Amino acid sequence: MSEYQHNNIKLPEGSIEKQTSTLNLGPTHPATHGVFQNILEMDGERIVSSEQTIGYIHRAFEKLAERRPLYQITPITDRLNYCSSPINNMGWHMTCEKLLGVQTPKRVDYLRVIIMELARVADHIICNSVIGVDTGALSVFLYVMQYRELIYEIYEEICGSRLTTNIGRIGGFERNFNNTAFTKLEKFLKEFPVALKEFETLLQRNRIFVERTVGCGPIAADRALNYGFTGPNLRAAGVDYDVRIHSPYSSYEDFTFNVPVGTTGDVYDRWLVRNEEMKESMSIITQAYEKIQEFKGADAEVYHANVPEYYLPKKEDVYTKMEALIWHFKIIMGETAIPPGEVYHSVEGANGELGFYFISDGGRTPYRLHFRRPCFIYYQAYSELAKGSMLSDAIITMSSLNLIAGELDA
Amino acid sequence: MQALTQRSRAVDRKPLTLWERIYLPAVLKGMTITFGHMFKKRPTINYPEKTRPFSPVFRGLHVLNRDEEGRERCTACGLCAVACPAEAITMEAAERKNGEEGLYREEKYAARYEINMLRCIFCGLCEEACPKDAIYLSETFAPSNFARKGFIYGKDDLLIPNPKTQPEELAKARGEA
Repeated sequence: MSEYQHNNIKLPEGSIEKQTSTLNLGPTHPATHGVFQNILEMDGERIVSSEQTIGYIHRAFEKLAERRPLYQITPITDRLNYCSSPINNMGWHMTCEKLLGVQTPKRVDYLRVIIMELARVADHIICNSVIGVDTGALSVFLYVMQYRELIYEIYEEICGSRLTTNIGRIGGFERNFNNTAFTKLEKFLKEFPVALKEFETLLQRNRIFVERTVGCGPIAADRALNYGFTGPNLRAAGVDYDVRIHSPYSSYEDFTFNVPVGTTGDVYDRWLVRNEEMKESMSIITQAYEKIQEFKGADAEVYHANVPEYYLPKKEDVYTKMEALIWHFKIIMGETAIPPGEVYHSVEGANGELGFYFISDGGRTPYRLHFRRPCFIYYQAYSELAKGSMLSDAIITMSSLNLIAGELDA
Repeated sequence: MQALTQRSRAVDRKPLTLWERIYLPAVLKGMTITFGHMFKKRPTINYPEKTRPFSPVFRGLHVLNRDEEGRERCTACGLCAVACPAEAITMEAAERKNGEEGLYREEKYAARYEINMLRCIFCGLCEEACPKDAIYLSETFAPSNFARKGFIYGKDDLLIPNPKTQPEELAKARGEA
């Protein structure tokens, strides 16, 4: 930083007026949990000002999507917030369904809710336990990580992959949930609350953790709203905005759940909000699972909507029937013209409102696709949050915002 | 800030009690939990000596399928290459000559079929695209090599052993032997 800029910086109270030093935190610093570069002006341990660099892992997703048929964009959305890729996948499918005017059956909605809430739990497990790691408590991270493994095993039964899931298709799922998936879900529903309780015992009322996080990186509700915060970070600041309630998708209106809100928007509040959200998610999953068990007979076999232009015909038919084979080729080659129109759909992603703005000009690929990525917005505020704090507080502030580099840079 | 919903619940943020502030009990409580974990069943497995069971639909490395008579199923239609979002698949088609009926199932076959495993994102769209039951994602994963060239898998690497001539190898590859 130039001398000129330095002279304009008002040093926080209590710091000694002296030359500051520049510190490059990242882009490959282990404590930033991702490819983030922060150019910090440090006065001793205290951050005077900071400048963020973005774009280290920019992969031009929006441009890539402009020349791909709809089904090939799903693997791209996997790589946004890779801690909860099913939410991104489902959000994308629902955007397409909104544009195509597809009505999904209730069972599909409920199955989606289960998967999305599992993804939210998985994401919050990582975020909250990593706050623990950054404050010096590594063992809690290891204990709850075992339960993320259970979630990944459920994904694996349904889509065959664990992290970059590419789960579901336009209209529903690629296959019905098998019994193993439901058994694993039951196991998770039974075992995770116990582990979550233990996780709380270790951190929530622990003096070291509380004193480390309270008052760290706070943001007021109006500032958060001005930045465009959504999700747990906004709720921690005290605004009870939740996409699942305010514009319900995938039949979220059928479920009863609460919106945990904080008051000060500091790291501790964000941690508490995420922790409560995990419990709410568990309750939503239980409700959805109960609703799914109510489907009997042919209804219990429904796992996709009737979208012949976009949903691949059954493999047996493709091997034997001409009509199905033609449709199969047509879909894979991406030869279906998408109806022209503009649509915005947002889902409550694990770390905020994940939006898809989709413009179609009637071609076979999107004319323009924009991802509204919550991390991108949080990162804009990071400079303000980190200013005046100690270096190690800035690290936990960053963890608690749940910044995921993949989503930030797209 | 006015409430937007009736469903908001404030998180429990009460200040620490004296007992919690004394700090030593919390340390002991934490130690009890972590110590207890030492006697729990180990959640890790000794990879690679042991591997965990995979789901039947797991998306690992690709295999090219043969039919029961050992003929290659692929007809080089190119759908997998079109469906591949990572553009990892290359193929060259050739016409089956007389006398090759025992090798290839259809009149057209893939003379060259390559998957660049460094590009592949294992999304499984090729498997889904195949209209001939020819390409599958198997349960093996973690390819390793010393050179980048080695990650371009040709037909030799991808094709499953011939059930007619190499039944033992096929059984081994399927994990049955």
